Amino acid sequence: MGIEVRNITKTFGTFTALRDVSLGVATGELVALLGPSGSGKTTLLRIIAGLEEPDPGSGAILFHDEEVARQRVGSRQVGFVFQHYALFRQMTVFENVAFGLRVRPKRQRPSRNLVKYKVLRLLKLVQLESMANRYPHQLSGGQRQRVALARALAIEPKVLLLDEPFGALDARVRQELRQWLRRLHDEIHLTSVFVTHDQDEALELADRVLVMNEGRIEQIGTPDEVFHRPATEFVVKFLGQVNFFHGRLEGDKVHFSTLAWDWPEHAGASAQPARVFVRPHELDVDVERNGHLALQAVVTRIHSAGPNVRLELRAASGEPLCAELTQERFRSLNLSVGNTVYVTPRDVTVFADEAPK
Amino acid sequence: MVGTATIKRTENVRCRAAAATTESRWVRWLLIGVSLTFLGLFLAMPLAAVFAQAFSRGWAMYVRSLGDSDALSAIRLTLLVALIAVPVNTVFGVAAAWAIAKFQFFGKSVLITLIDLPYSVSPVISGLVLVLLFGRQGWLGPWLEARGIHVVFAVSGIVLATLFVTFPFVARELIPLMQAQGTEEEEAARLLGASGWQTFRRVTLPNIKWGLLYGVILCNARAMGEFGAVSVVSGHIRGETNTMPLHVEVLYNEYNTTAAFAVASLLALLALVTLVLKSVLQWKTGEQLAPEEQGYTGD
Repeated sequence: MGIEVRNITKTFGTFTALRDVSLGVATGELVALLGPSGSGKTTLLRIIAGLEEPDPGSGAILFHDEEVARQRVGSRQVGFVFQHYALFRQMTVFENVAFGLRVRPKRQRPSRNLVKYKVLRLLKLVQLESMANRYPHQLSGGQRQRVALARALAIEPKVLLLDEPFGALDARVRQELRQWLRRLHDEIHLTSVFVTHDQDEALELADRVLVMNEGRIEQIGTPDEVFHRPATEFVVKFLGQVNFFHGRLEGDKVHFSTLAWDWPEHAGASAQPARVFVRPHELDVDVERNGHLALQAVVTRIHSAGPNVRLELRAASGEPLCAELTQERFRSLNLSVGNTVYVTPRDVTVFADEAPK
Repeated sequence: MVGTATIKRTENVRCRAAAATTESRWVRWLLIGVSLTFLGLFLAMPLAAVFAQAFSRGWAMYVRSLGDSDALSAIRLTLLVALIAVPVNTVFGVAAAWAIAKFQFFGKSVLITLIDLPYSVSPVISGLVLVLLFGRQGWLGPWLEARGIHVVFAVSGIVLATLFVTFPFVARELIPLMQAQGTEEEEAARLLGASGWQTFRRVTLPNIKWGLLYGVILCNARAMGEFGAVSVVSGHIRGETNTMPLHVEVLYNEYNTTAAFAVASLLALLALVTLVLKSVLQWKTGEQLAPEEQGYTGD
């Protein structure tokens, strides 16, 4: 196990940032901590790094099966990348990357030539060889973040922790850097954890995603599992736009609005209230009834710029809906605002309410 | 046709926008005129008067006034006091600013208020407090006197008074600067394995050097120019406990105007040098903060 966190709790005054959180990151794995602001993801990362202390008496932190909770920040050998880079503004790019090597005690300090060799190799890795003598304020945001990464890697860390590494960058650079980081990770296979509030970033980049809310872990799983088999309502809502219906479990079906869907998981329930979620791309739209049970709705808005077409609809009962179609499907339906359509789901996610006792 | 109409309208808008932030020429000249007259009357003219008086009886007299043994002793004492007060308050100021800007602790706002105390208390009161504490009838005076330590009417009292009056300067200068710079760079240094001292010397100190120098220069100017507090504890013993500002007063009261203004001209010169250094450093500290702002979009 690359990183193991056991039963960590953290409170700031009366605010509980983490409630009994445990997680394991396999050696060489890239894990995303995903959650809204205030969910405790950054606190968890800072506790792993040693920048915050967990509450006294709460659990353990292990790197490669070695307890580190009692070690000082500097001796944990953590590579840490800050959202705002935190580059040393008075030093050149070269000096920034060399810092971790130069502050070592004399006996462990590499020779001048070795420092130079290592730094230049790292700058090559992050494609900034030509920038060695620049100062941080002379670099773009993406370049600064790559310097921060090279600096973190210079101390040959046991684990790499990244706090919203792309949070301060504009959309295009963010996309590029994301793909670049994934390739880099595949090359060096360093056990890594990064924090993000951007679900696309987490789902695209990570081997596994850990969804957090209010100091608790909601779900840990591969991007596929988290997206297609969400464990809780929070996960469904956080991972993108979703249509919500109040429903009712009856036999092996769930009834919602004017629709019904096979749901054998709660077979035998009678009139048990449930909440039903349908993603926009899981809704099929047709201009006439096609024999199935369907939901009648009126088109209120069409967003057709993009790979898919998003339709805003208003159901006959008054509730707003959102559906997503491919461009081909949209063209074949020949829709415009004000048309009446019939909506059928292709897939749904159902959470039964607690049965009344 | 449509095109020209649009262009005209944007021009119109631009004119109005400019008008909103610029006063008419008449008002501008009036404001500038008032400021310049005020500056001339209350700053430039007095300064010129000091130098005019100092040289009113020629260079030879000026040099002789400064070469007088009491004057030399006052200059020496002023330098000595500054040499002690400035380094002590620099160390204290850096320590206090570091603690306030980079850590959270109980009683922080009390500490900030206490640092400001010398700003809000009249220097004469500061001097009187020292007399109350260390004078013949003071709380600690007799005890110290019995051990041969004299504070009031002695150099140590002048040093203490100056220390008290000048201690906010460095801390006050550094606290906002260090708060603006945050703690992330220090955290990064610690994570990379740097010790506390290495972090301070290689990361924190270079980041604050211009602000620190600025604070030191202001502190020095005040240490050399302080009159009120020092006047109370000094006793005005010529050649022994007279600093430059006190010596100026003594000479002036003896109607020795030329000599008084000769010594005063040195203090005025110090003020001018301080002002120049201050503007240079202000420009440097501004430069130091600026790069940080780039690329910060926050969340």
